[in-house]
Amino acid sequence: MENLINIFIRATFIDNMIFAYFLGMCSYLAVSKTVKTSFGLGVAVAFVLVITVPINYLINTYLLSPGALAWLFDGGSTIDLGYLSFIVFIAVVAAVVQLLEMIVEKFAPALYNQLGIFLPLIAVNCAIMGASLFMQEREYAGVAEAFSFALGSGAGWLLAIVGIAAIRERVTYANIPAPLRGAGITFILTGLMAISFMSFLGISL
Amino acid sequence: MILSSHDRRLLLGPLNKNNAILVQILGICSALAVTAKMEPALVMGISVTAVTALSSVILSLLRDAIPTRVRIIVQLVVVSALVIIIDQLLKAFAYDVSKQLSVFVGLIITNCIIMGRIEAFALANKPWPSLLDGIGNGLGYAFILLIVAFFRELLGSGTLFGLPVIPGACYRWGYANNGLMILPPMALILVGIVIWIHRARNKDLIEP
Repeated sequence: MENLINIFIRATFIDNMIFAYFLGMCSYLAVSKTVKTSFGLGVAVAFVLVITVPINYLINTYLLSPGALAWLFDGGSTIDLGYLSFIVFIAVVAAVVQLLEMIVEKFAPALYNQLGIFLPLIAVNCAIMGASLFMQEREYAGVAEAFSFALGSGAGWLLAIVGIAAIRERVTYANIPAPLRGAGITFILTGLMAISFMSFLGISL
Repeated sequence: MILSSHDRRLLLGPLNKNNAILVQILGICSALAVTAKMEPALVMGISVTAVTALSSVILSLLRDAIPTRVRIIVQLVVVSALVIIIDQLLKAFAYDVSKQLSVFVGLIITNCIIMGRIEAFALANKPWPSLLDGIGNGLGYAFILLIVAFFRELLGSGTLFGLPVIPGACYRWGYANNGLMILPPMALILVGIVIWIHRARNKDLIEP
């Protein structure tokens, strides 16, 4: 249990998707103009992460990694399907996003209209594919750890996008040099937020 | 010059006025993390250029055969097949760099530039212009990566492509490498500064 909490805290603060790995920057920069929409998108991304990472973990462990097919038939332990992981992971992500889109459209039409094009675009959000690939690279020891990692990454992403949206709402009223307005100042603000997040590096877990 | 002026605009436009990173703010996701050193940045730039160009051609050839409703899935399958090829090639011929890039090779699949060019250009144009557009955008991306990586490696490690360029005398006189340059936040701030300079030179790109 302690281990799971450590993975969660590490994924949220120390290895934050945005501030340490720049994943999901496209929608992070495009949707972060108001706190309300960015909160909706953040929750959607966290939700997709929490579903896809454990599914991909199971697929990776029982089907794709070297020797994973040993449980299925004799001689399965010699087969390595690792090179298929990219295409399988992205297919799972795209399918889950499609499902989410249909669910949101049916049960929360207001949020559906608010997010617009960015809901289907979650499929190509680097944070989600990235979390699956990190899960594969770091070799978590069970579906619970993968789940905890996904939850932490989602929480970290939500925290980052809501934080930058709140800052950007205020920055609108500031007197910024014209060429720096919009994208430029957002990058620099994110850099400053990342520096402040570096203080979490001191935590030893 | 073999290329007509229209073709040349497709190829060279993305290097300046239509740059995907600076103007459309696409492809940031996997771009910044690989810019701590020149070498991975160069390899990443070449890989993305290859995938963008090839996927644009393939999807441009297929554009009349793909039903609109399932096009995202078809695009993802084509792009991820190409990325698998690149990943295997890197593992075979440049294993060290492939280790340094780690998950970011796989993340080329979700690079917004590739999907963006397919959606915005390849699905509506013939293969030849799509190829030029893909190469141009890939080079525009590689160009920015190399600029950021140049400053980060020079100021952060005092090397370029792993070779020391700052004379040893400077260190004896008290010059020190700026360790902050290697850390993630400086990549963001440097891109912010590059955008600032680019927009100051192209006034029409300034946001209201």
